[in-house]
Amino acid sequence: MRNARVAEILNVIANDRDEWDSLPDRLCAACLSALPVSGVGVALMTADGPSGVVLAVTDARARELEELQFALGEGPCVEASGSGHPVLEPDLLTAGAVRWPRFGAAVLAAGVNAVFALPLQVGAIRVGVLDLYRDTPGQLTAAELAEALAFADAATVVILHLQDHDGTDGALAGPIDSRAEIHQATGMITIQLDVGLAEALLRLRARAYATGRTVSAIAADVVSRRMHFGGSDTENAES
Amino acid sequence: MTNREQLLAATFVDLADTLVADFDVIEFLHTLATRSVELLDADAAGIMLADHHGGLHVMASSTEEARLLELYELQNDEGPCLDCFRSGRAVARDGLSAMRASWPVFTPELQKLGFHSAQALPMRLRNETIGALNLFRDRPGLMSEADLRIGQAMADVATVGLIQERAISASELLAAQLQTALNSRVRLEQAKGVLAERAGLPMDQAFQLMRDYARNNGRRLSEVATHIIDGLLDDRTLRKRAKPRPGAPPPGA
Repeated sequence: MRNARVAEILNVIANDRDEWDSLPDRLCAACLSALPVSGVGVALMTADGPSGVVLAVTDARARELEELQFALGEGPCVEASGSGHPVLEPDLLTAGAVRWPRFGAAVLAAGVNAVFALPLQVGAIRVGVLDLYRDTPGQLTAAELAEALAFADAATVVILHLQDHDGTDGALAGPIDSRAEIHQATGMITIQLDVGLAEALLRLRARAYATGRTVSAIAADVVSRRMHFGGSDTENAES
Repeated sequence: MTNREQLLAATFVDLADTLVADFDVIEFLHTLATRSVELLDADAAGIMLADHHGGLHVMASSTEEARLLELYELQNDEGPCLDCFRSGRAVARDGLSAMRASWPVFTPELQKLGFHSAQALPMRLRNETIGALNLFRDRPGLMSEADLRIGQAMADVATVGLIQERAISASELLAAQLQTALNSRVRLEQAKGVLAERAGLPMDQAFQLMRDYARNNGRRLSEVATHIIDGLLDDRTLRKRAKPRPGAPPPGA
């Protein structure tokens, strides 16, 4: 019974004594110990794709990979959220580069060989994605997939709970606030380059990818006016 | 199987069927009301559900006769439905004199419509009572134990269906709110960026200008943000009209 397992997961994370961690943090930690995976992340999605809001990750590499999917606008979380179906890629070495030309190479370079992304959805609305990263290649067994789906359901309940009890511990507002500069920078770039918002975000992401920095770091430079997007994208007006 | 058993089995299948795609609450409750009269020793059946304030409303009836509908509504003041909803237990009285003693206004109205018995079964899941199934009969006296058990089983199945439907609606509402909150937050930050760059302002001053303009012109912040992004509001207009107009309450008031 999947519902019974979801209830059990929620019960465990809700009664966790460690009050420093947010509910999404605890969910990711519980998922990491329940499944044979190396890293777990939960990201919020909008109808347009990744929102850039990462609710929780188990480790720095998982954060980098979530960030990278946002920077590139491609990867399993984009695909899972777009289709509403789980994306299971057990062998990135063979299939990764074909499926996701840029993300595939980056995720392999980070030492990840399998990735599983499960959409978090309520009816037709997709609120986010649960991403599982694994060092070794190989498919999840049927039982493991069932367990992963139970964690995805539990993550959906957690997100809806946070939306319903806004601001109690900042578990939702905090990560959303932390992305504010990206959107501010996007707005500034539309004026600097005289382009639309989608194009501006693309340029921002491209600059991050090309310089090996995070989108947040580039955005902070733009907002503080240390960086200006001039007439051409190759120009880097860092001063 | 006897005819009754077949009909009972078919009723449970019907009720379960409505739980899947295209759930229609009213249709679902009408099935329950109609089948209650067909299956049980009852001449009329009605379903009352409670709103958020505990007020009871007729949701379905085996017959749509206006005076019968009024009789259900009357039970917001007194009657088996109200007692049943409040206690979460089945409510019945053995005989008309006992009914009149409990419900002095309701009972004569019931008799005027030709009924001589009224009972109510709770629609309850664990501690939550969401309404009651009302059963009226032409003859006085209590319903058989067997009928009550079947009636309660149907009410129970219907309750599970209704509660599940409500939970799904509530989750969808929260999910939609989250999407809206995310999207409007993104647009607000983008608008701050657009305005800051266009007017050469620091980010916090750009936001202050937007907020003052919205407040002093009775506009919503999200609407102002959209207009800035779409280029419909330039910073000169914003600055000019961000100051309080004569007679308008000062910002922060």
